[in-house]
Amino acid sequence: MRRAELLMALVLGAFSAYLMVKSAELPIGWIPDEGPGGGAFPFWLAFGMLLCCVWIVARWVRRKSPPSRSTEPYLAVTTRSTIIRVIVALTLMIGAIHFIGIYLSIPLFLLYYVRVMGGHRWPLSVAVSVITPVVSFFFFEIALRITLPKGYTEPLFYPLYDIFM
Amino acid sequence: METFDLLMQGFGIALEPLNLALVIFGCALGLFIGAMPGLGSVNGVAILLPMTFLVPPTGAIIFLAAIYYGAMYGGAISSIMLGIPGASTAVATTFDGRPLALAGKADQALITAAGASFIGGTISVVLFTLFAPPLAEVALAFGAAEEFSLMMLAFATFIGLGGDDIPKTLFSIFIGLVLSAVGLDIISGEPRLIFGGLPGFFHGINFLVLAIGIYGIGEMLWTIESSHDGVKVSQASFSIGRIATHLKGLKHSLKASFMGSFLGYFVGILPAAGATPGSIMAYGMAKTMSKDPDSFGKGNIEGVAAPESANNAASTGSMLPMLTLGIPGSPTTAILLGGMVIWGLEPGPMLFVEHQSFVWGLIASLYVANLFAMLINLAFIPAFIGVLRMPFTILAPIIFVLCLVGGYAPTQNMHDVWLILIFGIVGYLMRKLDYPLAPAVLAIVLGPLAETSMRQALLMSDGNLMIFIERPISGPIMGGAVVLFLLPLLKLLRKPRVPVSD
Repeated sequence: MRRAELLMALVLGAFSAYLMVKSAELPIGWIPDEGPGGGAFPFWLAFGMLLCCVWIVARWVRRKSPPSRSTEPYLAVTTRSTIIRVIVALTLMIGAIHFIGIYLSIPLFLLYYVRVMGGHRWPLSVAVSVITPVVSFFFFEIALRITLPKGYTEPLFYPLYDIFM
Repeated sequence: METFDLLMQGFGIALEPLNLALVIFGCALGLFIGAMPGLGSVNGVAILLPMTFLVPPTGAIIFLAAIYYGAMYGGAISSIMLGIPGASTAVATTFDGRPLALAGKADQALITAAGASFIGGTISVVLFTLFAPPLAEVALAFGAAEEFSLMMLAFATFIGLGGDDIPKTLFSIFIGLVLSAVGLDIISGEPRLIFGGLPGFFHGINFLVLAIGIYGIGEMLWTIESSHDGVKVSQASFSIGRIATHLKGLKHSLKASFMGSFLGYFVGILPAAGATPGSIMAYGMAKTMSKDPDSFGKGNIEGVAAPESANNAASTGSMLPMLTLGIPGSPTTAILLGGMVIWGLEPGPMLFVEHQSFVWGLIASLYVANLFAMLINLAFIPAFIGVLRMPFTILAPIIFVLCLVGGYAPTQNMHDVWLILIFGIVGYLMRKLDYPLAPAVLAIVLGPLAETSMRQALLMSDGNLMIFIERPISGPIMGGAVVLFLLPLLKLLRKPRVPVSD
């Protein structure tokens, strides 16, 4: 936990500095008759972020904040693998949406989560994986008229569009 | 009596078939969300906001407000039955609710919680009805400088009253404001902070993206981690007779409920405080004022009544500054505020003038929601206890999917879905290190307003910062903000006087 606290402060500090540089692409000073330039607001706020990071590191050195005193691991061993698997599964699902669309990647994600991670029976896992996208289709595409991304599976939906829209 | 007439008109809107149906559905859904360990009103409102595009704006806000209410009732259910707060707002309810459940009095605790929530809700809505119109009238005179000072005051409450690590709280406020600045500069129209030149950043970072990231994905990761060990649901048996007996027994905890209601309401108005500290304070107050303080924590029914009335009252309280001043009193109302802006209902004093029927429809719907939340709660307690037995490994993936699809819907841009995932993961990692995230959500909602009002005010004064202090209304507000900012510093200065033992 102690190492994570320092690392997080350093990463966030570097991000603040990047934000300052990025804000400075626009005028950060006073423009006559226009007031502060477009970059001034984010620039000074990012500067504030940087100061906070310095402050957090200072407190880390003096062991003032609870995480900087904690000897516990940042991610508990018992849950670490679960969390990482969830994050990887989510990332893969979102990545897959670009190619195979929402209506294939969501069932795959649900099937993996409910069947493999949750250890539920096949019938239940399949039911959850089928009902969720079907409900999403009717809610978003039919009721709200919001087209969800379908990637290469788009042609498969033409008959459905003909029926419902 | 003008208020009364307007309120009656409001009931006309709140009782329209569609709106009434939305209130009832919202309450039931809110109860369900509140009863789920780990999910509270803020998660429900953030995840479900994109779904409300289906109905007209008034109905959508009424629906979301009903979820807010229902979740406050529902939080008590898992606090009592599992000993795990259903939402952070119901933490104090576990102190006595859990011992009562373990002693076989779960039914009494649940019914008292519902009754006290109703008292808290009712008192606070009445207070709200009386306070809102005059406050909105005063706020009509506010200009850019006053608006900015008010926002500073809102942020200052996090520093002075939030109780979290100060540099981390400040960081959270700053990063929320910076993220709100991404996109096109409001005044010059120039693009700024376009990271990596990605076109998705040109339309800015929608507050919903951050809110769903933090309160959807981040919260689920947090819950997966914290609910790793199995939990045990207490037993409770119900009958009409027992419900009646316990409702009659409510009069013994009436004093605690009333106190909790008033305290919760006023604490709820403050942006940093809200329902969680409000309910804990109410619990503490009920304990100190009780004839038998030692029985608290061992199963005193007043220890359930006080925090439950307070958290409901606080949820109404947090709507007061949101509607009248445009400053949200809680993370949930911050998301509501963002939603209202999307629908073209800019909160603030003008709302009471321009959208009078909407405002009063919403206020009347709070009365209706409060009543229905209690009725549904009492009628379906066994069903909500059943919710607690639902395996998390089914619910969690469905919620993840809802977050991503819901996050895609408003802008229909995959760019936002990726951002939600990133914010969710980073938010989770930061939360583990005690970074408070509510200030960031508040900041991203208020950011565009804060920047515009600051730049307008500075333009008026030709760059003179004194404008925030010299104007008659802005001055005291800014003064209050400065005092709150310095409050922790004063505590630090006083500390060295305490002799250090080691």
